[in-house]
Amino acid sequence: MTDNYEVRDVIDKETLSTVKSVGDTYKYGFSTDIETEYAPLGLNEDIVKLISKKNNEPKWMLDWRLKAFNRWKKLKQPDWALLKIPEIDFQDQYYYARPANMKEKPKSLDEVDPKLLETYSKLGIPLTEQKKLAGVIEENPEDKSENRRVAVDAVFDSVSVGTTFKEELKSAGVIFCSISEAIKEYPDLVKKYLGSVVPISDNFFACLNAAVFSDGSFVYIPKGVRCPMELSTYFRINAENTGQFERTLIIADDNSYVSYLEGCTAPQRDESQLHAAVVELVILDEAEIKYSTVQNWFPGDENGVGGIYNFVTKRADCRGRNSKVMWTQVETGSAITWKYPSCVLKGDNSSGEFYSIAITNNMQQADTGTKMIHLGKNTNSRIVSKGISAGKAQNTYRGLVQIGGRSQNSRNFTQCDSLLIGNKCGAHTVPYIEVNNSSARAEHEATTSKVDEDQLFYCMQRGIGEEDAVALIVNGFCKEVLQALPMEFAMEAQKLVAISLEGSVG
Amino acid sequence: MLNIDDLKVSLEEEEKQIIKGLSLSIKPGEVHAIMGPNGSGKSTLSSVLAGKDGYIIDNGTVNFDGSDLLEAEVEERAALGIFMAFQYPIEIPGVGNMNFLRTALNSQRKTRGQEELNAADFLKLVRGIAKDLEISDEMMKRPVNVGASGGEKKRNEILQMCLLEPRFVILDETDSGLDVDAMKLVSRGVNNFSSSSRSFLVITHYQRLLNYIVPDFVHIMVDGRIVKTGDKTLALHVEETGYKDFLQLGKGKH
Ligand SMILES: Nc1ncnc2c1ncn2[C@@H]1O[C@H](COP(=O)(O)OP(=O)(O)OP(=O)(O)O)[C@@H](O)[C@H]1O
Ligand SMILES: [Mg+2]
Repeated sequence: MTDNYEVRDVIDKETLSTVKSVGDTYKYGFSTDIETEYAPLGLNEDIVKLISKKNNEPKWMLDWRLKAFNRWKKLKQPDWALLKIPEIDFQDQYYYARPANMKEKPKSLDEVDPKLLETYSKLGIPLTEQKKLAGVIEENPEDKSENRRVAVDAVFDSVSVGTTFKEELKSAGVIFCSISEAIKEYPDLVKKYLGSVVPISDNFFACLNAAVFSDGSFVYIPKGVRCPMELSTYFRINAENTGQFERTLIIADDNSYVSYLEGCTAPQRDESQLHAAVVELVILDEAEIKYSTVQNWFPGDENGVGGIYNFVTKRADCRGRNSKVMWTQVETGSAITWKYPSCVLKGDNSSGEFYSIAITNNMQQADTGTKMIHLGKNTNSRIVSKGISAGKAQNTYRGLVQIGGRSQNSRNFTQCDSLLIGNKCGAHTVPYIEVNNSSARAEHEATTSKVDEDQLFYCMQRGIGEEDAVALIVNGFCKEVLQALPMEFAMEAQKLVAISLEGSVG
Repeated sequence: MLNIDDLKVSLEEEEKQIIKGLSLSIKPGEVHAIMGPNGSGKSTLSSVLAGKDGYIIDNGTVNFDGSDLLEAEVEERAALGIFMAFQYPIEIPGVGNMNFLRTALNSQRKTRGQEELNAADFLKLVRGIAKDLEISDEMMKRPVNVGASGGEKKRNEILQMCLLEPRFVILDETDSGLDVDAMKLVSRGVNNFSSSSRSFLVITHYQRLLNYIVPDFVHIMVDGRIVKTGDKTLALHVEETGYKDFLQLGKGKH
């Protein structure tokens, strides 16, 4: 236990010092100098066809995309969020970029450009995974003695560059691959579930994603299987002026379990970049998915120049009896965050949990929260949201709890806490609660507080510097959510909290 | 070690002078006690020495080991060896005691250019101190001061002192809220900790504490000034007659 901690300390120090030498405040602000191949600028039917062709997709997939594209043309960008969104010119974006030497997908990790792997190492991907991604160590039986293992799928710009532990997962019956691969290898599963949770025309950004998504991750856990390790995807936007549209589809069949981690970063650029992802989770009878995200896209600089516009649709469909889903998110990056991971609790006795930390500093804006749609009987949901604002940032929690007429004896508990650092930032809480059933109950608690001067002074009197003191106090404020993360992610997240609040005091 | 010369301090928020010309000199190994009526400025003096925001230094100097203390940041003063046991220790929800202590200790070591203490050595050190002060493991696992009783919080302050090994310690009413046994425990902790190179400034309302922690000097503070200095018998006098003999002294000097 202690040893692991030590090892982890060393890795983090290495990672931090590498990164410190590359970027300044934004830890992941480096870009990787790799030749990139772009599709032509803008969006039209030909681009959709091109993306489909680049991925060697079957016709049904192309048809699906074109249907989405035609719907999208008729949709309007939503404007109900508490966000000031500069006008986005959707024709002034690239919709596809991939490292040029990956025209043919690498058959093994040895064929991956070393610069790519270097990038992943800077991202703090756990050391063992870095080695795997770099092909340094073979997957050997000794690995089994490790306490925790994570299989990693890395998505660089539009393309998945490699997945680790594939063979071992396969022998457990677990499918973990890029979605482009799944479309070719497992068309029946994809056809059955893709778009079944987030329909093509669910919303403007989801619809755009359906038309142009270039890659993403696919997971299928068969009946009765507990996934033998955590699965993880690292998303990285590298190419300039390029939108990233990944699509993730995870299916947990009856009585299965998986814990899935998602990490995202992007280089520091003056131009804003668009990210519109869709994540669909399907949870069948007695199954459980834990989905954890640490989102650290470039937030823009202190004056709000650059940064990622993050418009994400994430939804879990608890179709089965006793099915369970837990969303945990740590949102520290992006100039704009528009994101509401939701749970549709269809199955009787199903439950959904949402744990969130959203940090906004400088000019960042976040409008994030969740939707809990109770449809089945005896369904349970729990929401714990911690919003932290510093600088001139605005942070909104927006949550919907809806308990339907058939959803007897259902329960929701919502805890929504906001913390302000300084007096130029804002925190807003927008809860919508609709209970259409007299046997159901929804509870909502909300607090807003400031980082306390006395707490800061106390820490500093004990020798802790001001920024470290703020980080310590904020991490304490977020503890409930950090505890919901897998351990390794939790430590990474704690460091991120500190880094994203740098410069917020004094 | 510490030299305060004609110090005058006002509040930043309102035009009100709290410390009105205070001088005090403390040598290594000495124990000084300060007594005085409520509101006379004792805690304010502690806060100013520790470097808290919100005060304006109108006049005077504070010298610590030859350097200008008022120039140093709060955490630098801590690393120099200044420790203040708070009259009202602060709660920090969600931050475990161990994490807090380790962060504090290693921050100070880092500032002083020393190597950080590893997890195993740290644990051993803390457990030893906690045992001496009869602080339970369960207490140590809790968030800093959250849910602790008044007396438990004070004991926690002494634990922090022992861990951080400061050279100059301010105890601001550490005895208030302690039961008799706890007071003995805390006093023992302080006495074990004292040495020829460490100095203490003990703020208290009760002579009782000074039976355990015996002062070399007792100062009476009234209205922002030290109006009388004596030996430990001065505390006995205060206990018997209160401050009425000293109040006039405060008003006299301007
Ligand atoms: N931040 C502040 N704002 C307003 N008044 C203050 C502030 N800090 C101190 N004071 C005032 O300064 C005076 C001295 O306060 P201080 O806390 O130093 O007294 P004390 O001697 O420690 O009293 P006690 O024995 O009650 O602890 C009091 O009148 C107090 O109200
Ligand atoms: Mg006081």
